Amino acid sequence: MKFRIQRYDPDKDAKPYMQDYDVAMGPSDRMLLDALVRIKSVDDTLSLRRSCREGVCGSDAMNINGKNGLACITKLDEVAEPVVIKPLPGLPIIRDLIVDMTHFFAQYHSIKPYLVNDEPAPEKERLQSPEQRAELDGLYECILCACCSTACPSFWWNPDKFVGPAGLLNAYRFIADSRDLATNERLDDLEDPYRLFRCHTIMNCVDVCPKGLNPTLAIGRIKELMVKRAV
Amino acid sequence: MTVPVRKFDAVIVGAGGSGMRASLELAKAGLRVAVLSKVFPTRSHTVAAQGGVGAALGNMGEDSWLWHMYDTIKGSDYLGDQDAIEFMCRMAPEVVIELEHYGMPFDRNENGTIYQRPFGGHSQNFGERPVQRSCCAADRTGHAMLHTLYQRNVHARTQFFVEWMALDLIRDAEGHVLGVTALEMETGEIAIFHAKATLFATGGAGRIFHSSTNAFINTGDGLGMAARAGIPLEDMEFWQFHPTGVAGAGVLITEGVRGEGGYLLNKNGERFMERYAPTMKDLASRDVVSRAMATEIKEGRGIGEHADHVLLKLDHLGLETIEKRLPGIREIALKFANVDPVKDPIPVVPTVHYQMGGIPTNYHGEVIVPAGGNPETPVPGFYAAGECGCASIHGANRLGTNSLTDLLVMGKSAARSMIAFIAASGREHRPLPNNAADYSIGRVNRLDSQAGGEDVSEVRGEMQRSMQAHCGVFRFPDLLSAGVEKIRAVSERVKRTQIKDKSKVFNTARIKALELDNLVEVARATMVLANARQESRGAHDRADFHSRDDVNWLKHSLWYRDADRLDYKPVHLKPLSVDTFQPKARVY
Repeated sequence: MKFRIQRYDPDKDAKPYMQDYDVAMGPSDRMLLDALVRIKSVDDTLSLRRSCREGVCGSDAMNINGKNGLACITKLDEVAEPVVIKPLPGLPIIRDLIVDMTHFFAQYHSIKPYLVNDEPAPEKERLQSPEQRAELDGLYECILCACCSTACPSFWWNPDKFVGPAGLLNAYRFIADSRDLATNERLDDLEDPYRLFRCHTIMNCVDVCPKGLNPTLAIGRIKELMVKRAV
Repeated sequence: MTVPVRKFDAVIVGAGGSGMRASLELAKAGLRVAVLSKVFPTRSHTVAAQGGVGAALGNMGEDSWLWHMYDTIKGSDYLGDQDAIEFMCRMAPEVVIELEHYGMPFDRNENGTIYQRPFGGHSQNFGERPVQRSCCAADRTGHAMLHTLYQRNVHARTQFFVEWMALDLIRDAEGHVLGVTALEMETGEIAIFHAKATLFATGGAGRIFHSSTNAFINTGDGLGMAARAGIPLEDMEFWQFHPTGVAGAGVLITEGVRGEGGYLLNKNGERFMERYAPTMKDLASRDVVSRAMATEIKEGRGIGEHADHVLLKLDHLGLETIEKRLPGIREIALKFANVDPVKDPIPVVPTVHYQMGGIPTNYHGEVIVPAGGNPETPVPGFYAAGECGCASIHGANRLGTNSLTDLLVMGKSAARSMIAFIAASGREHRPLPNNAADYSIGRVNRLDSQAGGEDVSEVRGEMQRSMQAHCGVFRFPDLLSAGVEKIRAVSERVKRTQIKDKSKVFNTARIKALELDNLVEVARATMVLANARQESRGAHDRADFHSRDDVNWLKHSLWYRDADRLDYKPVHLKPLSVDTFQPKARVY
């Protein structure tokens, strides 16, 4: 099977280049990650992140034939050859397929990604109805792989100022939680020409999310709440 | 060579559930704590836990910590330490409720309480009938838990060192543990993390086997580091084969599928677990179900081209239940088995999943070793929690959901012990030995300069295939003794591994080679101890010693890296406050 993989080692390369690989797959190689592991067993200099190999840890996000996705759940029989693999776009490259995710995580941290509830905790669980809990579905499943934010042109231009789809999805995850008491502060924080309003509903995020989540919808909900509290 | 030294009150290696539960406790106590992780915290393997966390909340009907305790002891095939088990089961509700207060998105009942599902080996009234004890967030409990713990640590401003791999434990001449050496993956630099108290929370080492539900990162780094520092490893012959790994792929399918009403079928369409466990059926404990499946396959009732797996049927649960309670399973089945479980059964096979043994600790999380006639002398400044530790809560077989319970309880418990130890240890750190980083630097230099050596992937493959073939669900004397020789040979080859990648920057070839150093220690401990234990107990099933032998083998094994030396120590049969559960025959 044929692959074109972007390579870059700052120790020796002036700039990134594409390297071709033609490797015979084994009978148990089903996913793109299997292929990359096989290539790495031949060329140990190829560098990438990976861990769970089942699409829940979010390590192996990369750009595959022009579209962001997770290598571990991208089926080999569904990708066109040569498979062109590049690091996630828009973030600084550390080496090969490994990008510097500092900005991405800084934006996640900026939305205060934790439950805020300063009322004294009851002895048992805080009660939440199944309907209230269902509000978190489609939000809490985010794996922070960064496929969405690095597919977003607004994030490419302003990664330091625009929270980006992953961060905003997580912001709404706490706004939507019946146990969280900081909705107003959260909305105040996002009511900003850059933090939220750089989203121009291009919807690349929805297109690439490997977990089938919809950040654009979450962003729309945040905007609705802002309008609601303004009137 | 001088290396940078970073000083902290506490250093934690590993940012999975137990590491982050501990760091939270330490940060809340106002201590300076560093958490080192090979991966960004939410990539840790806790993320892959699916079915739930066990705690006798009693939200779905009557339950008690004493029943949970009985189930855990019986599940452990009586090898678990009953004081540690009582401690965990009593503390389970508290740590689960805390997690809810931290924001964990548990599923809910109509009355707003946490939803709980049935799980293997968990029963009401000492084995009478299944009980609903597993607190869950759909089939993504570990993911929800790990993210919640990370979020609380962001709130607590815990200092993480992300993509730092710990290399070796630092001990002084008196044996005190003073921290670790670690490699920053992005730059290739080595630094010393100097601490008053050091916690290993490095998870399991399922990657010693060829087929495993474990993530690539589960390479037993804590166990390797401990073994190299002269600490024994406990009960390493006990490895859990999870009944339902996707055939061919190894990816986990939660026991929660059977908890929700799914069941196993052989090629005749027979629900065979009824024959092996008349009361609990498909919800018998994992060693029992895995052995039953392996027996069905061995006796020709497997299915598929090579008759090498069985089927997990859940279509009768209906689309609504599957979408609500088991959405991740449907995703996995579609991706990795090419079946939609709403219509078709999932091909499954017992797959290596969890390491019951580990670094010996008590239920305070203190690492304990035989010394001066006491088999349980604490190593000052050293703690272990989660899958890498052995308290021993799981004995010879862990119950489903108890891994998440263990990591919360033991993470918190170890942190409390560390807080007390740090408070008692004064303002100053004990001085580092002069040569504190030399050993680690030597290992890395050896690797970088090795010529004409062994290929890392090849040697690792040989180790994994040997473990798989010689140390499986059923264990045979000739295969075990041959396996010991094979793994010893692999050990020799590991000393001469070679990498082509010489870059300083994010050199993953180097990381893989260093991981193999750790894996091979775990593999050797496992094979040597499995060969030595002449009985069948829990997950350890010997063809030549069919029964449990409480007279000779109701004891914990200890393996020392130095010349594969073995030792044994008694099981704690006395709980903290209740009467001993006397060993008896296990029937489900």
